[in-house]
Amino acid sequence: MEHEQNLLPPVAASTTMKIFGVGDVGVKLLGELGAAEFPAASLIAVNTDAASLRDCTAPVKFHIENKLLRGLGSGGDAERSRALAEEQFTILKSACADAGVVFILAGLGGGAGSGIAPVLARAAREAGALVLAFVTLPFESEGNHRQAQAQQSLELLKSAADGVICLAGDKIFGVIDEHTGVLEIFAAADRLLLDGLRGVWQLLHRRGLIQVHFGDLCALLRDRHAENCFAFVEASGAGRAREVVEKILSHPLLDKGRALAETGAVIVNITAGKNLTMAEIKRVMDEVKRQCGRAQTIMGAAVDAALGDRLCVTIIAARPNTAPKVEETPRPGTTSNRAGFTGGQTVMTSAPVLGGSRPRRPGGKQIQTQLPLTIVSRGRFDKSEPTLHQGEDLDVPTFLRRGVLMN
Amino acid sequence: MFNDDNIVVGLEIGTHKICAAVGEMNEDGGVNIIGLGQAKSNGVRKGEICDPEKVELELRTAIDEAEQMANAEISNVFLGVTGGHVRGFNNRGNHTVLSSEHEISEDDVQDVIRNAKAINLAAEDTVIHAVRQHFYVDGLEFLASPIGICGSQLAVDMHVIHGKATRFQNTIRLVRTTQLEVNEIVFNGLATALALLTAEQKEIGALVIDIGAGTTEYVVYADNAIRFSGVLAVGGDHISNDIAFGAKISLSRAEQLKREHGSALVRTDAKGQVINVTSDVGHVIKSVNVEHLQRIMHLRLEELFQIILGELEKAGLTHYLRAGIFLTGGGSRVANLEHLAERVFQMNVTHAHTAGVGGITSALDQPEFATAIGLVKYGSMKQHQRAAHHGLSAKFQNIVGRFWRRG
Repeated sequence: MEHEQNLLPPVAASTTMKIFGVGDVGVKLLGELGAAEFPAASLIAVNTDAASLRDCTAPVKFHIENKLLRGLGSGGDAERSRALAEEQFTILKSACADAGVVFILAGLGGGAGSGIAPVLARAAREAGALVLAFVTLPFESEGNHRQAQAQQSLELLKSAADGVICLAGDKIFGVIDEHTGVLEIFAAADRLLLDGLRGVWQLLHRRGLIQVHFGDLCALLRDRHAENCFAFVEASGAGRAREVVEKILSHPLLDKGRALAETGAVIVNITAGKNLTMAEIKRVMDEVKRQCGRAQTIMGAAVDAALGDRLCVTIIAARPNTAPKVEETPRPGTTSNRAGFTGGQTVMTSAPVLGGSRPRRPGGKQIQTQLPLTIVSRGRFDKSEPTLHQGEDLDVPTFLRRGVLMN
Repeated sequence: MFNDDNIVVGLEIGTHKICAAVGEMNEDGGVNIIGLGQAKSNGVRKGEICDPEKVELELRTAIDEAEQMANAEISNVFLGVTGGHVRGFNNRGNHTVLSSEHEISEDDVQDVIRNAKAINLAAEDTVIHAVRQHFYVDGLEFLASPIGICGSQLAVDMHVIHGKATRFQNTIRLVRTTQLEVNEIVFNGLATALALLTAEQKEIGALVIDIGAGTTEYVVYADNAIRFSGVLAVGGDHISNDIAFGAKISLSRAEQLKREHGSALVRTDAKGQVINVTSDVGHVIKSVNVEHLQRIMHLRLEELFQIILGELEKAGLTHYLRAGIFLTGGGSRVANLEHLAERVFQMNVTHAHTAGVGGITSALDQPEFATAIGLVKYGSMKQHQRAAHHGLSAKFQNIVGRFWRRG
């Protein structure tokens, strides 16, 4: 017997996880996480701004800088910080070297977060880690520039990371009244993102009765994330299963349950204390299934004595990707701009190949569409309510719908 | 002037015409049509009023005409309603008989009917008809009333027809503005079936298809009870609209072509035949291929029948229609329509004639008036029922009266 056991490879210690906080928002989030809660992970703060790093309590800090910034940060320019990160690419990669899983926390829209996060994700992947990014998008009111910067960065991040979970700033207003103080709103946004991280953490870290693997998660998130929705709810007491279901169905980040109906795939993880019953699991899952219809469902369950009476449910729903894919290559003008700023010689020529080291995922089948030259006529019924039958508008002439040609 | 108590008026506000039929009830329960008034309708689309002012004027014209012809004053009407929102379905009510002897009493029957009428409808929906189909005592079917029979479980099947309350209210309010009182609203399809089907046809099973200008109603009778009903907001207007679009001519020209050269099947002699469409002053503006014209009509009507057939198959009723299919309504005037229907349904198809009503025969034989006449028939049946329930003394007098008559 012992011989046979020796033939097997030694059991690996549990996967190392690292959490990177990138940019001002990421560093702040990292500070709130606290080292106690995530023992197996090492927390690493990455920023261009010295002041933000100084206040941070994270055990490892990494200041991306060069002389031109003078410690003042990237000034909200994502291109600038991206170039800097590319410069330090090998260092970033070595930081991820022994990690199995890398989480990236960042707020997109500003300079550091938008610029560094995609590069870091790529570095981590090249170091052999699985990468999951948790990012916030700016509020609508923060202006076009930040929105555009965030979107561009999000696309890059999506192609670089294994999974991206993003929280659009304006969704916060579903949780909190718009008239609450700015600090509170930002705190709420942070809390939501951290809840998500915590949920995923528990999902992967706890030995589950029904285990959800990181691969499941990545398979679910990959190529689908037009915008992922996640929710982390918990309840305690006698009617906790019912309460949890109610909370899920009224959760603002799930559009009051509507997101579940539209989703293509969903992960549900149920964690509770030792008194978790099968009926509770069934109750939650039945409701989720009823809402999701035919969506692919991955379910996990775990028991954690530390939770006591509480029942926690993490739901991650991936929406089918409807938005057209943004071009991955940077605009031609950007290279020269960046070169001009950093003095030319510091930027390697390989820098513009963003996300290029990974093969591009094949997109959907290309279909040549026809220009809609004939106006579909409802004629006399133009202003009336359409007569729909199995998705067809019967007011449109039958011969048009059937494609019978008349000349 | 006739006695107003014996006058029953049916009013149909259709998409193509507004029609009022005046019926006079005779003493043995029969009804004679003594007046008809009609006006062209311009303010209705797909069975629903969209221009109330126009409709009000036209309604007055129709009522005036009917009053003159019948030489009677119209004060209240049975109003026909339809529209794409009207739907019918079957519902079963259950009731446990609790009396000691298990003898079914009048109260039990009332209870089971109430149970069958308790339906979950959307808030904006209202029930227009709840028609009793059959009673079941311990699973056995009873055609007549089960009062006095012993059993423990009583069930009843009801056919419920419902639609949007606000739309009905709009129509009712419009009629009331012309100083007319609405006795009751009646589903057009039900009224038409009443006018056309004989008792025997209702017994062995029949489908009535009423193709109007804006809507098509279909009703199935079997075993003396209404089994199935529905409305499709597709009618003759759609055919005209298809032609106008396909041949690129005006709607009125399309209407004219439909009447003069239309066919539900493409005739063999239509190939190569061309009709010249002239402008108002006589110039030839367009030549239309008759084959195309008939193909456009064929596709539309075939689709219409196929949708109805699909609904019948879903309800599992295709084998119950031993009397066959009865076509009526202005849209049923299309040449060869019965042949097309025979092909689609694989059943005996006839153009229906009003049954069981006396009076102006020229009017009765036109398919356009079937609904209005049916409304009169429905009204007369209701009036009879009311008279029969008019207190015990009236009942007694009635019995005495009948006794005397027999003598």
